[in-house]
Amino acid sequence: MKFPLSWLRAHLDFDADTATLCETLTRIGIEVEGVEDRAAPLASFVIARVIEARQHPNADRLRALRVDIGDGREYAVVCGAPNARTGLIGVAALPGAFIPGTGITLKVGEIRGEKSEAMMLSAREMGLGDDHSGIIDLPEDAPIGRPYAEYAKLDTIIEIKVTPNRGDALSVHGIARDLAAAGLGRLKPLPNPSITARYPSPLTWRIEDPRACTWVVGRAVRGVKNGPSPQWLQDWLVAVGLRPINALVDVTNLFTYGLGRPLHVFDVAKVKGRTLSMRMARPGETLAALNNKTYTLTEEDGVIADEAGAEALGGIIGGEHSGCDENTTECFIESALFDPVRIALSGRRHAVFTDARQRFERGLDQALPPRALDMATATIMELCGGEASEISEAGQEPNWRRHATLRFERLMGLGGMAVATDDAVARLEALGFATLQRDTASVTVAVPSWRNDIAAPITLDMDPGLDPTRAAAAREGCEATEAEADLVEEVLRLGGLDAVPAVSLPVPFAVPPPAVDAKQRRAITARRILAARGCQDNVTYGFVAQATAEQFGGGAAALRLENPIASDLNQMRPTPVASLAFAAAANAARGFADVALSEVGGGYRSTAPEGQLAMACTLRAGSTPANWAAPARPVEALDAKADAQAVLEALGVPMAGVTITTDAPGHYHPGRSGTFRQGPKTVLAHFGEIHPQLRDTLGLPGAAVAAEVFLDAVPEPKRRKKSPPDLPAFQPLRRDLALLVDADVPADNLLRAARGAERALVSDVVLFDRYAGERLPEGKVSLAIQITLQPRERTLTDAEIEAVVAKVVAAITKATGATLRG
Amino acid sequence: MSDELEALVAEAKSAMSQAANLRELDGVRVAFLGKQGRLSTLMKGLGALPPEERKQRGAALNEARASIDLSLDQAHGVLATADLNARLLAEKQDMSLPARPIPAGSIHPINRTIEELTAIFGAMGFSAVAGPDIESDWYNFGALNIPDHHPARQDQDTFYLPGTGADGRPLVLRTQTSPLQVRTMLGQEPPIRIIAPGRTYRADHDATHSPMFHQVEGLVIDRGITLGHLKGCLTDFLRAFFGISTLPVRFRSSYFPFTEPSMEVDIGWNRKTGELGAGGDWLEILGSGMVHPRVLANCGIDAREWQGFAFGMGIERITMLKHGIADLRPFYEGDIRWLAHYASSPLTPASLHEGV
Repeated sequence: MKFPLSWLRAHLDFDADTATLCETLTRIGIEVEGVEDRAAPLASFVIARVIEARQHPNADRLRALRVDIGDGREYAVVCGAPNARTGLIGVAALPGAFIPGTGITLKVGEIRGEKSEAMMLSAREMGLGDDHSGIIDLPEDAPIGRPYAEYAKLDTIIEIKVTPNRGDALSVHGIARDLAAAGLGRLKPLPNPSITARYPSPLTWRIEDPRACTWVVGRAVRGVKNGPSPQWLQDWLVAVGLRPINALVDVTNLFTYGLGRPLHVFDVAKVKGRTLSMRMARPGETLAALNNKTYTLTEEDGVIADEAGAEALGGIIGGEHSGCDENTTECFIESALFDPVRIALSGRRHAVFTDARQRFERGLDQALPPRALDMATATIMELCGGEASEISEAGQEPNWRRHATLRFERLMGLGGMAVATDDAVARLEALGFATLQRDTASVTVAVPSWRNDIAAPITLDMDPGLDPTRAAAAREGCEATEAEADLVEEVLRLGGLDAVPAVSLPVPFAVPPPAVDAKQRRAITARRILAARGCQDNVTYGFVAQATAEQFGGGAAALRLENPIASDLNQMRPTPVASLAFAAAANAARGFADVALSEVGGGYRSTAPEGQLAMACTLRAGSTPANWAAPARPVEALDAKADAQAVLEALGVPMAGVTITTDAPGHYHPGRSGTFRQGPKTVLAHFGEIHPQLRDTLGLPGAAVAAEVFLDAVPEPKRRKKSPPDLPAFQPLRRDLALLVDADVPADNLLRAARGAERALVSDVVLFDRYAGERLPEGKVSLAIQITLQPRERTLTDAEIEAVVAKVVAAITKATGATLRG
Repeated sequence: MSDELEALVAEAKSAMSQAANLRELDGVRVAFLGKQGRLSTLMKGLGALPPEERKQRGAALNEARASIDLSLDQAHGVLATADLNARLLAEKQDMSLPARPIPAGSIHPINRTIEELTAIFGAMGFSAVAGPDIESDWYNFGALNIPDHHPARQDQDTFYLPGTGADGRPLVLRTQTSPLQVRTMLGQEPPIRIIAPGRTYRADHDATHSPMFHQVEGLVIDRGITLGHLKGCLTDFLRAFFGISTLPVRFRSSYFPFTEPSMEVDIGWNRKTGELGAGGDWLEILGSGMVHPRVLANCGIDAREWQGFAFGMGIERITMLKHGIADLRPFYEGDIRWLAHYASSPLTPASLHEGV
């Protein structure tokens, strides 16, 4: 909300400068978002009179002026404005002045041979609007030589951010009250005019449905002359960002901003019938509103209606039909209370944002309607003349009276700062709280009618699963402490929370325990392992386009956003690989096709907590780095396998028990992908080449491989001490074997057979060569393995070695049909 | 030594000096000291001599042999060095060749910041908690005293998913990590001291807002925890995180539905240069407050016995401030050039003893 200082002065006597004012506002919780000092840039501009204007001798469109700026000498000015004439009173700038509208600093000049020692300004050149049709033309009585900013009362505009709990601070008066309570200035009391009713009210209120309105008062003023409102009112409204319309409407805005009390004025002549009803809208009923939009209402919207139908969406926006215009001679002023929750929901339903809604949904002064009506009546009669009718009223003042107790020790006990009890009570009283009872330990105060946020009725939304005894105690705890916390906040806020001494949090141990649990540690380890393997760790959006999700096996309707921000960000991704593939394609489009990207993040398979998987993923695309020692090669599925394996090993998965199956999901190349499994059910990871069709769709120009490790599937490694290491005293010995085997036999079968042949002696088996070529029979490959034999008791004899090797070969042959190559 | 032996020794030395390499030198050794070598032959003749001569002759022969051995060793040393030098010269490589590349990976700045703040809060006794991104709106709003009609809960800020959670409430993408505060309060008895770093989502997209971003929230529930502790804890964190022991920290009264009293926290900086710690300007950096009695009650905690504070701050925001990153959007775009510039090494994880 914005307000000009002159408006604040109407509610607060103060001497403080603007900086102190802003600092105080921010300190007490009314954050200053901006200060616009409209006078400062115009400080050097003075009111000047054109002594004489004559045609420029050398230019048809220019005039040569002699100007008096009140300092006793004459200035020669060349001016192009069509309205520059002898006797005009305008605004002059002297050399050295910065012209805000043009961004130029003025210099003495000579224009077509005529000297120009000053400049006469247009409104636009002063930064005061768009008018550039001519120089400013002031009234005859404008004082020559006075600063223009002072004459025009261009005062400073403050913009504040009011928190949602402080409906009362969405008004100049409310701000003034807080400032006065914080010791800045003295609050001016609101007038309480006495209005003499001259005739019966032409309209009568009726509350048909209490949901629509709880209390309303209204009164007509007849014989009004509606027209532009006075300059001071127009200036204030323009300063807060409103457009002056006519005096009657402007007065309602004066109350909205001045008192935080939105009002509405109906043109009595336009109202059908003699009754204004507060009722719920009928299904399909429409309202043509003042903002030139038509709303189709629902049975949940409260309206103000005449015989013809809805004339206003109560507390939100008035209707166009019954609004006041320059022909209005009799107006009817409405001052009502509406349910904040209904206002909020209706406003949201129809996406109407108005000053009225903003205030009603935050809660208004519950006692103010009659007094506001009187004040508005007085202001209207002052500006537009006329005489007032009797008051029509329906409903009744709500029971807003509440009290709250503050135990002074809670200022320290909750707020961390002791405040002298007299000070604490004085602060509350300055805010409008009335002391009901006070002793040395506590004070009980009545809550003012405008503070709906203090000691409010308690509504809880408790976990239904709580134990009933516990729930009851928790509810009592809230009821016993909430209002007091409200008061602690009020007392501390006025002194500034910055004054509360900071105390380091006591730590109950000298050495803290680990801050992350095993699950988080796994994610951290996976991230570091992948980065150590050359991947660049990424953080990408959790949602992708529906089509993309479908390509990666997702796309369920249950995981589609109802209100996506963009159509390509509407579906929770099944795997981070979907996002990484996009990032890789974007990098390729920038000219960087060779990337290794990783992300440890969410893959969403269902909306249940257990369906939101923690996954460690990599996506490698393009080729390995080119280098003189090892040529670049396209990335391949086994690179991704290595990524997955490295993560699993780092997480302590016993790899001997892990099997690889060839049933990876459809986003992989069916012949170049695999799945790491532990037991028949648990899937630990997928890896492989991205399916070539998908790769093309994604716009990845070269090879692309991916790995996905399901961190939640990795069993928690058992925390036990490591067994002593195996350090045999005898040297191991190694034998190389070349085996001829059918090309479709998985190499892993052969290696497993070799490892399992003689566990007591075979400590390692490594595949060190794979050959497929013309020198071999069709359909065969040669796999060369190195077997490490580890003697434990004594050195092996040649015969024993031969026996073990023969046993290994026999096992391999049995398992795979392989034969020893001669 | 007889003239004959001296001549033999001289001859051997001369032959050694002629040897061009170790192989030729070995030939010399064999010629003189080998089984059939000339000196060996003379040694064999010793046995035929009478005992009185044999002793003298033997001593002379040994002296000659020692002399040849010594010279052989010396010659061997010279030739071996020359040989080695020749080999080294031949083995010369171009040491300006680039080394074999080991691609360098890196840790994203957001994850780095999470490590750092976890280390700092960890030292203050906090443990980190994690949880689902898709939550029922009770965890995200209801339990936190943000009823359906609350102005803080506008449709346009929250992403909704179809269907309901296990509690029958609408599903949302969490807009804050507060659901983890709720889950913690329901899942364990006080005292509680947790931080909840994680992904959050809001339907907002422009230069300074991303539809997904990260937050860290903190929650302390204990006996006797006051606003003073909140201020101390956050001041200690901010100064440690930014590495500025004198960082100005300002606390302003504010409002959040889930805390009371509530405060916004500013740090001192220079708006023009972006330098933190000096300059006289204030920058809002986080929201905080004493946990609202309704939030405690909704989670089954009796506010007469327990009280505490909560806070929340944007991880991207503090990351950008710490590293002078100007633009939010590249955080999520995976541009390898940006990552290479701002990311950190996986081998230097954040730790307090090395300095965060």
